[in-house]
Amino acid sequence: MARIEVPMPQMGESITEGTVSRWLKEVGQPVERDEPILEISTDKVDAEIPAPADGLLAAIEVQEGQTVEVGTIVAYIDTEARSGNGGAPEAGPDSVTDGAPGPDESEESRPEPGPGRSPTAGTVPGETTSGQRAAGAAGTAVGRVPESGTDAEPDRLADAGTGDRRRSRSTPLVRRIAAEHGVDLDRVPGTGQAGRVTKRDILSYIESGKLAEDSRAAREAPDEAAESEDPRPAPTSSDLWKTFYGQVQHPEFPVRDGDRVEPMDKIRRLTAEHMVVAKRVAAHVHSVIEIDFTAVDRVRTENKRRWQERGARVSYTAFVAWAAARVLREFPKLNATISGDDIVYRGAVNLGVAVDLDPGLIVPVLCDADHMSLIGVGIKIADLAERARTRQLSPDEIQGATFTITNPGVLGTLVGMPVIPKGTAAILGTGAIDKRVVAIEDPETGADAVAIRKRALFSLGYDHRLVDGAESARFLLRLKEFLEDFPADA
Amino acid sequence: MSKTRPAESAAGAPAGREGVPRPPLQVRRLGTVPYADGLALQEELVGARRAGAMPDTLLLLEHPHVITLGGASDPAHVLAGPERRAALGVELFESGRGGDVTYHGPGQLVGYPILLLEEGRRDLHRYLRDLEGALIDALATFGVRAGRRAGRTGVWTGGSKIAALGVRVSSGWVTSHGFALNVSTDLSFFDAIVPCGIAGCTVTSLERELGRRVPTREAEVPVAAALARRLERRLA
Repeated sequence: MARIEVPMPQMGESITEGTVSRWLKEVGQPVERDEPILEISTDKVDAEIPAPADGLLAAIEVQEGQTVEVGTIVAYIDTEARSGNGGAPEAGPDSVTDGAPGPDESEESRPEPGPGRSPTAGTVPGETTSGQRAAGAAGTAVGRVPESGTDAEPDRLADAGTGDRRRSRSTPLVRRIAAEHGVDLDRVPGTGQAGRVTKRDILSYIESGKLAEDSRAAREAPDEAAESEDPRPAPTSSDLWKTFYGQVQHPEFPVRDGDRVEPMDKIRRLTAEHMVVAKRVAAHVHSVIEIDFTAVDRVRTENKRRWQERGARVSYTAFVAWAAARVLREFPKLNATISGDDIVYRGAVNLGVAVDLDPGLIVPVLCDADHMSLIGVGIKIADLAERARTRQLSPDEIQGATFTITNPGVLGTLVGMPVIPKGTAAILGTGAIDKRVVAIEDPETGADAVAIRKRALFSLGYDHRLVDGAESARFLLRLKEFLEDFPADA
Repeated sequence: MSKTRPAESAAGAPAGREGVPRPPLQVRRLGTVPYADGLALQEELVGARRAGAMPDTLLLLEHPHVITLGGASDPAHVLAGPERRAALGVELFESGRGGDVTYHGPGQLVGYPILLLEEGRRDLHRYLRDLEGALIDALATFGVRAGRRAGRTGVWTGGSKIAALGVRVSSGWVTSHGFALNVSTDLSFFDAIVPCGIAGCTVTSLERELGRRVPTREAEVPVAAALARRLERRLA
């Protein structure tokens, strides 16, 4: 018999894999050459894949939601069985279907778009005897129940709880979404065939906000469930450890006459928790350096008018942020974090810039600061700070910082020793920029001289688990060089 | 930016094709089109293009407020629930294009190139890079320096996303869907979603970058011209 392969096509030179997003045909249905039989997605593109020849779709090897390498066989087409018996001879185990559509029926059951359409063969184990056999025999069939890859299929499946059945009845895509959002599929009402949870079901479930709090917790948990073999990670002996590093209980103190007691507001509570955890986790060390702002001042004066014409105000903080972002690229350890036994070097430089809300503190994030121009940094910081003060930041805009800058100097403080935000390796504190009397060497004569210069003390708080003293010193020195010899074309 | 352009297009030019005149790229400006009508129109035109009944065509239009889901969409990236969407007057659609969730609305120039990709251009990444390149070129004509980011399809300026891409390739290498460039988009509508599934990063618009009002039509010609250049075509 003539059985031809349908491989995952190479849709571009640099494309190495594709995800089957939707089967447009079911096993047993006739297909015509060039007629789309499935849809795949790669990156930002969805593409229809046409049948390479006339025939019957004999077997589906890769289920919806699965990602496979280019060249992997996704289906077989039987080119001789056209309009013949739906169960093609020698069809692989995956093609054993529950009531495979005959030729007449298949004409009517044209695939409807949308997740609610009937599932393809092999995805419904546990429903019929043949389906169970299919799941048991095809070790790779994605729809199978995770723990039941043995011969004792029928009984185990019959006894399995609804959770197992539900899980087995949903597509890998739905299970992946469920795992990623910590949704127990048991709790999702299924409207698909035999109570199967469809993509639309889970979409509306998530949308309805029913999982509100638990999903947030699940999203913060380590994302081990992505492969969705079992979405619930087993409890481990490190729970105590996690409690110590993850939870904060503030001790209570007696209240005396004349005291006033009020509950902490949300920002205060979050800040309090964050600071305690951050201090518990990171091995804090601080180093301080003095930086001359003569060059920065010169660039600022020269460009002030031009910037004002563009409506931009480029603050000292913008200069420091711009310089720090570039220097950070040379010091990946300062743009990293320890995570378990690993070091995670962040791919992007996202600068957190602390903003005083008086009362309160918020740290909006300047994403990809190392790719921005100086004026861009100025505009963005002004925008973030303004929206922070008017409470208009979106939650996304205060997440994902890889390095933080805080400015105790804004109110005259000479130097601060800031706490390193958790999940990062370092924080830069900028002290007050003041005119100081300093001893310098006359650049022409080399003679010692007394001069008046604008200078500031910068402190770097760094996590000594990851960053050593010499490295922090090199970082500060490089930052000093950058700011004291500020590029005119920034 | 302009320095890299000739090198890039020279490297991408199909060998031995110089001097062969290609049919021009037809441009159709449709004004404001409801999203559902846009889907139906594209479906029809994809068929027409595949059948050779129509030349390669770039549709330029705007949509009324709408949130659309791509094939890779995570429903959790739609932050606004049904009630808030109703209050905002925003519809929700499954679009059939690739990519994650996005928002379309007034002030955003949407481009749907309906192209039959020729033999040497049947590469999805190359097509995405061509679309990005065209938008980068078009933005440069406004004096906005924009670029690509590795692994994050779209066009970015100053760390913010200014244009989103989402493409569909139908049987026979016919393209539909395409790009959405924020010209004077009310960016607050993006608060309703996680743009393209990337948490923590922001969107911007041409108007915001320039600090002046820009009518959507003003971007149409630069975008069409830049796309034609990237595709090595003339404009019809």
